[in-house]
Amino acid sequence: MTYNYNFFDELEKFGDAPAVETECKIISYSQLVNMAENLTRDIFSRALVFLVCKNEPEAIAGYIGCIRKRAVPVLINSTIDKDLFNSLKNLYRPNYILCPENFNDGEYKLSLENKSPHEIFNDLAILLTTSGSTGSPKFVRQSYKNIQANTHSICEYLKISRNDKAITTMPMSYTYGLSIIQTHLFSGATIFTTEKNFFNRDFWQIMRDKKINTFGAVPYTYEMLDKLRFLKMNLPDLKYITQAGGHLNKDLQNKFARGFHEQNKKFIVMYGAAEATARMSYIPSEYALNKIGSIGIAIPGGRFEIIDDDQNIITAPNLSGELVYYGDNVTLGYAQCLEDLAKNDENKGRLLTGDIAKFDEDGFFYIEGRKKRFLKIFGNRVNLAELEEILKARGYECACTGVDDHLKIYMTDKTKLTTVIETAESVTHLNRAAFEAVYIEKIPRNDAGKILYSELV
Amino acid sequence: MDNLKKYNQAFIDTFRISEDQLQNLQYQSIEAWDSVGHMSLIAALEDAFDIMFETDDIIDFSSYQKGKELIAKYDVQL
Repeated sequence: MTYNYNFFDELEKFGDAPAVETECKIISYSQLVNMAENLTRDIFSRALVFLVCKNEPEAIAGYIGCIRKRAVPVLINSTIDKDLFNSLKNLYRPNYILCPENFNDGEYKLSLENKSPHEIFNDLAILLTTSGSTGSPKFVRQSYKNIQANTHSICEYLKISRNDKAITTMPMSYTYGLSIIQTHLFSGATIFTTEKNFFNRDFWQIMRDKKINTFGAVPYTYEMLDKLRFLKMNLPDLKYITQAGGHLNKDLQNKFARGFHEQNKKFIVMYGAAEATARMSYIPSEYALNKIGSIGIAIPGGRFEIIDDDQNIITAPNLSGELVYYGDNVTLGYAQCLEDLAKNDENKGRLLTGDIAKFDEDGFFYIEGRKKRFLKIFGNRVNLAELEEILKARGYECACTGVDDHLKIYMTDKTKLTTVIETAESVTHLNRAAFEAVYIEKIPRNDAGKILYSELV
Repeated sequence: MDNLKKYNQAFIDTFRISEDQLQNLQYQSIEAWDSVGHMSLIAALEDAFDIMFETDDIIDFSSYQKGKELIAKYDVQL
């Protein structure tokens, strides 16, 4: 089934309602649609567009414009390293680049790169990175149906209304950040765009003065909020906050769930992945206190299954197996090069999450571990095997392991402990606080030569 | 170790920089001192001096020099 309808086509219906707000202006839905049309006027249908994003109205307008034109935007964070940007450009040969004039700064300008149309699958809507900022050319292929279905489900369970106002706290090119923008557009609500973060005094001034109702945060930003004694702040207009981007430790989850409950506000824990457009599950706020540590229940329209090693479905509670998700938001698959854009739906509505999980007697799901070797670092998915390969290619004999937000690199060469961290930092574009290099005499391997990660602790 | 040394060491360890870079160091002036780095720095200083920063001071901690003023409030003499 092709799914040609999507809500971006009818944003005009919200007319004069405020769509995007900044510190100096308010842009209505009609104005936003005009902006979108102006920015993307020259773009042809099914063109491939590199959209360099910052949290500002032009980036949102550019995105809307591309989707309405049925051009395919590739969302790229404006902080991307120039070499990486160029290598992506060579690999994907975009027809257009839509970005701020000086890349990181200035008015958005469209530039034509080449006019030769690429073979692009009909349902493909956008390309999104799997890991936020890491240097991988791997993108998730999301369809129009994916975006429509997931946005609709999220709006339903969060009950986003036209009067709501969310503030940006994550890059727009990051699945969670994008999803907050899309759900608010879908609902005719308002998005306040800012590049300021929690450590900026202005951010909190905006929260109060502009009467912000909600924002999202990932585990490491919850730690920042905790450090800033967020629960003691007086923010009368804040109604609810959401959490995703990895597992928030139980203590903090407890603290925020209780703190918010006492203030008559909602704290909503969610679980998702770029591979599922954005969200797969959530804890309904009435269960926030009872189901701490859980990822909740599947979102409306989706469903979970747990399977054992022989692919049999586990039907009894409290038994672990791989978590499988079914829903219209399961994306088409990955793209690693231009040719992949012609591929059709490879997942067909079923996603193997790579997480090991169980469910309790009430049907709430809990993540117990990971089948695939990846960590969530500051909300970004970092594939450990991939990082090991990259580091090896640069001459570091190593084994990567660790826990979320703390990646350990085991090295047999004592003299390279500092440089390996510098290299890891530069290839992943993640703060070095995430990395620790540990000297080990010998990397433990089994007879077949496979690294025994379980022995590295 | 005297307090100034401890203060300097928190920056040097957190951002892996050299002592001569400290004097003009500001929030977001180097890649390592982003929001994640900021949190690590605050945690390192809290550990080193056994103090707890107030929200306003965490937000106002915008440079190496400014931090010296702020930390004095916590009875830390540099």
